[in-house]
Amino acid sequence: MGEVIVITSGKGGVGKTTTTANLGTGLASMGYQVVLIDADIGLRNLDVLLGLENRIVYDLTDVIGGNCRLRQALIKDKRYEGLYLLPAAQTKDKTAVNPEQMKQLCEDLLKEFEYVLIDCPAGIEQGFRNAIAGAQKAIVVTTPEMSAVRDADRVIGLLEAAELRKPVLIINRLRPKMVRHGDMMSMEDIIDILAIELLGIIPEDEMVVISTNKGETVLSDERARSGQAFRNIVRRLKGENVPLMDLDGAGLLTRLRRFIGLK
Amino acid sequence: MFEFLAKLFGKDSGGSKNIAKERLRLVLLHDRSSVSPELLQVLKTELIKVISTYLEIDEQALEVSLETSDNQVALVANIPVRGMKRLNGELAST
Repeated sequence: MGEVIVITSGKGGVGKTTTTANLGTGLASMGYQVVLIDADIGLRNLDVLLGLENRIVYDLTDVIGGNCRLRQALIKDKRYEGLYLLPAAQTKDKTAVNPEQMKQLCEDLLKEFEYVLIDCPAGIEQGFRNAIAGAQKAIVVTTPEMSAVRDADRVIGLLEAAELRKPVLIINRLRPKMVRHGDMMSMEDIIDILAIELLGIIPEDEMVVISTNKGETVLSDERARSGQAFRNIVRRLKGENVPLMDLDGAGLLTRLRRFIGLK
Repeated sequence: MFEFLAKLFGKDSGGSKNIAKERLRLVLLHDRSSVSPELLQVLKTELIKVISTYLEIDEQALEVSLETSDNQVALVANIPVRGMKRLNGELAST
C-alpha cells in the first residue's frame, strides 16, 4: 500500500519545491514508483526544478475537470525510471480544485504508485487545504529564521487540526558556522520551539542553485553536502535509521577547536 | 583573556540567536493562545476599572503582557500606584 505525503511550510521560499523534487528523485532512484503533484496552481515550478517544463500538455485541473485521462497528464521523467510529474495549471487559480477532488485524485494515484508526494503552495488558504486533503503524512519545511519557524508552527497546528497527526520537520538552509557563532538558531533550538520530530537538516549549499539552473536535483550530485542530506532523508522516510550528518565538517581548525575544548 | 580566546575560536558568545529565540517564543505564545492584542486591551481596561475602585493608579504607565520563562506562561501586570483611596474611612489610610 502506497503513501501520500504532503510537503508544506506556510512561508514561501523555504524550499518546499526543492525538497519535493529531491525526495521524489531519491525515492525513484531506489526503484519506487513515484508521482509528484504540483499543487501550486497558478504558480507552477516543480516542472522547472525537474527539467520537465517543455513537456507539459495537460495539468492537474485538466484531470480534475475531465478534459483528459489521468495517464495523459502524467509526465514521465527521462532520467529516473518510475518518476512522474502531475503539473499544476498555470492559467487557473486555486479555486479550480476542491479538497474532495484532491482526495479522489490521490486515491486514484495510489492504485498505481507507491509514493504520492504533494508540493503544497505557500499560505494557509484554499491551496493549502487542497494540498493536504488527500495526504496521510506531512513534512513541514522550515529555515532557521523567525518568520519561517513562526509560520511552520502555525501550519503544524492546522495539520493537527486536519487529523494529519505527527508531522515531521526538515530544517533547510542551515549555516553551521553561524550556528556555531550563536547567530543562527540551531537544530535543537528549533525542535525545542516547535516540539515535533526531526526528519533531517539540509545545510545551505550553492550546489542547490547550480543543480536547479540545470534542471537537475542536487540529490544526484555525489559531492554536494545538501545532496547527501537529501539522500539521508529519503532513507529515513523509508524507515531506515540514518544518523544526522556532521555539519561542522572536519576541517583542521574545527578539529583543533574541539581538541582544546572550545566546542 | 578567555573571552578573547573564545571569540577568536568562535565559541557561542550569546549571539543574536538568543534574541531571536526569545522573540519567537513570545510571538508563538500569542499565536498559539487565543489571547489577541485586542483581548489584552480589553483585559487592561477592565483591570483599570476594578483596581481604580481601591487604588489610585497611573493608567498611562500600566502594562499588561504575557511572558514566558522556563516554559511557564505568566500574565504580568505592572501597575504603578499613585496613592490609596479612602473607602468609607475604614479600609484605606494614606
